[in-house]
Amino acid sequence: MIKLFKRFAGAYRRDFIVGPAFKLLEVIFDLITPLVIARMIDEGVTTHDVGAVVRYGIALLMMALVGILFTLVCQKMAALASQGMGTDIRRELYRAINRLSYAELDRFGTPSLITRITNDVNQIQLAIALGVRQLIRWPFLALGSMVAALAIDLKLGVVFLISTPLIGLVFWVVMAKCVPYFKQMQQKLDRIALITREGLTGARVVRAFVREDHERERFRAAAHDQAATAIAVGKLSSVLNPVTFLVMNLGVCAILWLGGIQVNVGDLTQGEVMAFVNYMTQTLLSIVYVANLVVVFTRASASASRVNEVLDCEPAVSDEGNASVQLPGPATDTPALRMTHASYTFPGAAARAVKDVTLTLMPGQTLGIIGGTGSGKSTLVSLIPRLYDATEGTVEVMGADVRTWPLKQLRQVVGIVPQKAALVSGTIRSNLLWRDASATDDELWRALACAQADGVVRALPQGLDSSVEAGGKNFSGGQRQRLTIARALVGDPAILILDDSASALDFKTDAALRRAIHERSRAAQERGASLTTVIVSQRVSSVRDADLICVMRHGEVVGLGTHGELLATCSIYQEICLSQLKREELGLAPEGAEGGVR
Amino acid sequence: MSNPYQSVGSVATVTASIAGNDSLDGPGGSGGPEGAGAPLATGAVVRRLLAYVRPHAFTFALAFVSAAISVVLQLYVPILIGQGIDLIIAAGRVDFTALLPLIELLALVVVGAATFQWLQGYCINRLAYKTVCDMRVEAKDKLFRMPLSFIDTHAHGDLISRVVNDVDQVGDGLLQGLTQLFTGIVTIVGTLVFMLALSVPMAVVVVLVTPLSVLVATLIAKVSNKSFTAQQRIQGQLGGYVEELVGNQKLVEAFAYGDEAAAGFDRINSELYTAGERAQFLSSLSNPGTRCVNNIIYAVVAVIGCICVITGVPAPLTVGQVQTFLSYANQYTKPFNEITSVVTQIQTAFASARRFFALIDAAEEAPDPVDARELAQPEGAVVFDHVDFSYVKERPLLRDICVAARPGMRFALVGPTGCGKTTLINLLLRFYDVDAGVIRVDGVDTRRLKRASLRRAFGMVLQDTWLFEGTVHDNIAYGRPDATREEVVEAARRAHAHAFISALPQGYDTVIPEDGGSFSQGQKQLLCIARVMLTDPAILLLDEATSSIDTRTELQVQAAFDEMIAGRTSFIVAHRLSTIRNADCILVMRDGVIVERGTHDELLARGGAYAELYNSQWAATVSA
Repeated sequence: MIKLFKRFAGAYRRDFIVGPAFKLLEVIFDLITPLVIARMIDEGVTTHDVGAVVRYGIALLMMALVGILFTLVCQKMAALASQGMGTDIRRELYRAINRLSYAELDRFGTPSLITRITNDVNQIQLAIALGVRQLIRWPFLALGSMVAALAIDLKLGVVFLISTPLIGLVFWVVMAKCVPYFKQMQQKLDRIALITREGLTGARVVRAFVREDHERERFRAAAHDQAATAIAVGKLSSVLNPVTFLVMNLGVCAILWLGGIQVNVGDLTQGEVMAFVNYMTQTLLSIVYVANLVVVFTRASASASRVNEVLDCEPAVSDEGNASVQLPGPATDTPALRMTHASYTFPGAAARAVKDVTLTLMPGQTLGIIGGTGSGKSTLVSLIPRLYDATEGTVEVMGADVRTWPLKQLRQVVGIVPQKAALVSGTIRSNLLWRDASATDDELWRALACAQADGVVRALPQGLDSSVEAGGKNFSGGQRQRLTIARALVGDPAILILDDSASALDFKTDAALRRAIHERSRAAQERGASLTTVIVSQRVSSVRDADLICVMRHGEVVGLGTHGELLATCSIYQEICLSQLKREELGLAPEGAEGGVR
Repeated sequence: MSNPYQSVGSVATVTASIAGNDSLDGPGGSGGPEGAGAPLATGAVVRRLLAYVRPHAFTFALAFVSAAISVVLQLYVPILIGQGIDLIIAAGRVDFTALLPLIELLALVVVGAATFQWLQGYCINRLAYKTVCDMRVEAKDKLFRMPLSFIDTHAHGDLISRVVNDVDQVGDGLLQGLTQLFTGIVTIVGTLVFMLALSVPMAVVVVLVTPLSVLVATLIAKVSNKSFTAQQRIQGQLGGYVEELVGNQKLVEAFAYGDEAAAGFDRINSELYTAGERAQFLSSLSNPGTRCVNNIIYAVVAVIGCICVITGVPAPLTVGQVQTFLSYANQYTKPFNEITSVVTQIQTAFASARRFFALIDAAEEAPDPVDARELAQPEGAVVFDHVDFSYVKERPLLRDICVAARPGMRFALVGPTGCGKTTLINLLLRFYDVDAGVIRVDGVDTRRLKRASLRRAFGMVLQDTWLFEGTVHDNIAYGRPDATREEVVEAARRAHAHAFISALPQGYDTVIPEDGGSFSQGQKQLLCIARVMLTDPAILLLDEATSSIDTRTELQVQAAFDEMIAGRTSFIVAHRLSTIRNADCILVMRDGVIVERGTHDELLARGGAYAELYNSQWAATVSA
């Protein structure tokens, strides 16, 4: 919290000084009030001086009015400082998230990042506001009341010295016991939500297996468990108010008795005893508020460290100091993509996810990557736009090591269609403009046509301006996939990566898509540009026409060549082919040849 | 987040938007018995809530009695303190003989008040959580009795929030809010009575000036509420933006879209600053505002009180009584301000209670008819007899479907997405009921069979894998909880899942976290296959089950499936033509109609829709 404060408070120094200072003035007035009442009794009532009573009354009124003016200033400062700092923190945090590379995104996880930028910042904001407004008020009021009481009479002050720590102790014990319970309670509530969610997403499975009773029992157990914890916490926390009340008023009893003795011998006046009683009330009520502040600040400091963690994170991938790369002209023999002994190990993982990959792809060529789930296909292609940095070896795009590219330029040259077809809310147009904000409608339609998505968009009454719901939920999986492919094509990437992104398309559409990309590549060549394609797939039919097919297994390249070459030499490729196609279709001898189905 | 229903996802969305996500009483086929659209009357809500409280009636009564006793005792305290001060007048004028019993009485009252206050807090808490627990269990039970169409067409987040948050709101807001309201009213009435008993004119003074404080508080609340709503709205916008963009952060980075995304964020962020600063300032005025007014009241009561003591006009008063009135002046305003905040809390709680009851009242799946039969030893004959079906009445989906499957036949369903293949599965298991026509299993209309026994006859592996939080063993044994470890291992072995399960640190006892954790999609699917292997059903429904397993594993699983399919009726939905080539009958579907049927070779020879689909797989070869 302090670290975060140092980082962002600079712009709000005025607010942080002026706010509490003005609050202090109000607190001083609050502290004087019982004294003024005491005077009113002792000077006015005892001497039957109505004038004195009225004079002190007017003083009380003035204090109330001036006090509120001071407070207004303080509240304004608090609002400016906390909202201002909150806004600044959010802005910086968002930029920090944008700088994170995939490795850090994997580590933090997006849900956690979302919580940090919303809830955590809100917590911090609340703590700052309360800090400006109350951090001075309540402790000062508690201490001030005690000091004032002790100033009136030291002996009676002993009552304070006993009851105040007692209340503090009770709060400390109860809260220390409650906090772990609160955590448990939240976890148990999360579990209830989890079981409910499972019951909804798995409604078909639960019913198909006729396990409703089991699920019901599971939920009942979780619900009862949560209730038991909640009741246990309640038992503890319901002690706080009564105990505060008890200690406070037993203190008053003591004051009455001891005060009576003091007044009898003439060491104290009746008004002063009243002041004592009022100070007692004020002190103990202040402690309740202080305890509340402690809770808010503990929570905020946890939030602050979560925010700091992101702000302090050094991204693994950085393009600092990289000058823009001069693209090679047409008709050069610079490879579009070259990997030299490239490997990648996920942080903390024992084994490499991609092992020692070496391959070269010339402009305009197509690379097919095939392999099972978890074989490292996606990780391999993630190295091309430098979403991950190869831990060993090098990756070159257009003849330049990806680490020498400015990230923005590199990612404009490389268009990727990720596995998960995600669109964001807005319109089809706003989604398509992600790579190139200045693309014309004509370009968008060409991209859509190539991605076999123009029919989808044309069928919508609003065409390109049709709205897209969050996550693209108003489109089917296949439609979404085609739209994301179109999105990657806008802005004419030199390298297009399709990361298993045609899986929801039927074979016919898939084939048409590949033909269209091929056409586009040819057109690019005629313009003097190039379109190099990388297709990741589990379907043989999607990669079999590629200029180069890379067969992966456990992160390793187990075969590299054309369909024909691999079919002749790579047994794993043969196996994959045979699982999807008939022998005759592969041009193999009908039965008995080596590498058949076991 | 696709569901097995994805192929008709747009239909689901449409229905959901018709049904409306806030109320479950929409025309989406779930109008409650209380009447569609009409919200429950407040009285009805209270009456129905009381039904949940009834089992805990004693606790409930105890809470209220304790609250009343505690409040009255608490109000008596200032009077006793005042009397005490009156016994301490000046040097030599302290009446110790009266003071001692008074202090004893005070201590007793204080202890009593504290005890009853604790008892009240404890009872309310207990009551609230027990009631919440009962309501939750009932809501969850209700979800099991809802038709699948309900679950498919309502946002899961909304349903979860009804079970989790709304019920909590009712517990916190309504039960605790009601007691606060009750203690508030008792405090006001009690204070009034005590003040009137002490001195009528002074009581009148307090009663006349205190509304000022309430007035100020309501005024501030009114102004700040408006800006607070504005802030909430923008906060929601920001949350939505972050949810989407940070949720797709990888995409943002792959597209170098960060600067544009940040610009959008900054725009909402600065709007939030303006609204937030205003809202916070205005709402932070509430406490100091009332405090200021209270201070003024305090001054007025002190001055008038002291004048009374001196002059006896307008009423005779002692110094101690002035002290009593000063505390009452403080105490009297507090419940008014609390009540205003409690009322809003209760209002939200009422809204939550209505949402909860809307769920409870939603129309349930029709129960099995009383004469429903058990499907004892299913043989696996399945007949679709002129079946029509649609999710939304205006858009017929399946039309005149006729299929006759002898036991042991293997069917393959082929066709473009959205043509109704998944729907056939929905109908077979009676997740949905047909609009017209009949589906028969072993010659019996499925609607005349007990749902549970019908479903036991089927084994299905859906496109979407579903694993729950639990061990690998429990997940595999889901359909047969009594299965031994050996049986589970055997099933896993046959599904080719044994190898990777054994490699896990805890083997079969490894706990699978929410959403399957680090398991790959393929591994999750293998677990689901093992689950079906264990139950040994008569009819198999495979919904693109093998589409995301890696091809090598798929080869092996295919072999296992072949073994399992033997002797069982099976319906397979798949894009991969090679997996369905061995089917006894391929059903080619388009726009909800079966356009072709026959074996692979027959259909190829016919040169129709199937041949076209099949050849398109090779179209690329020709062009390249």
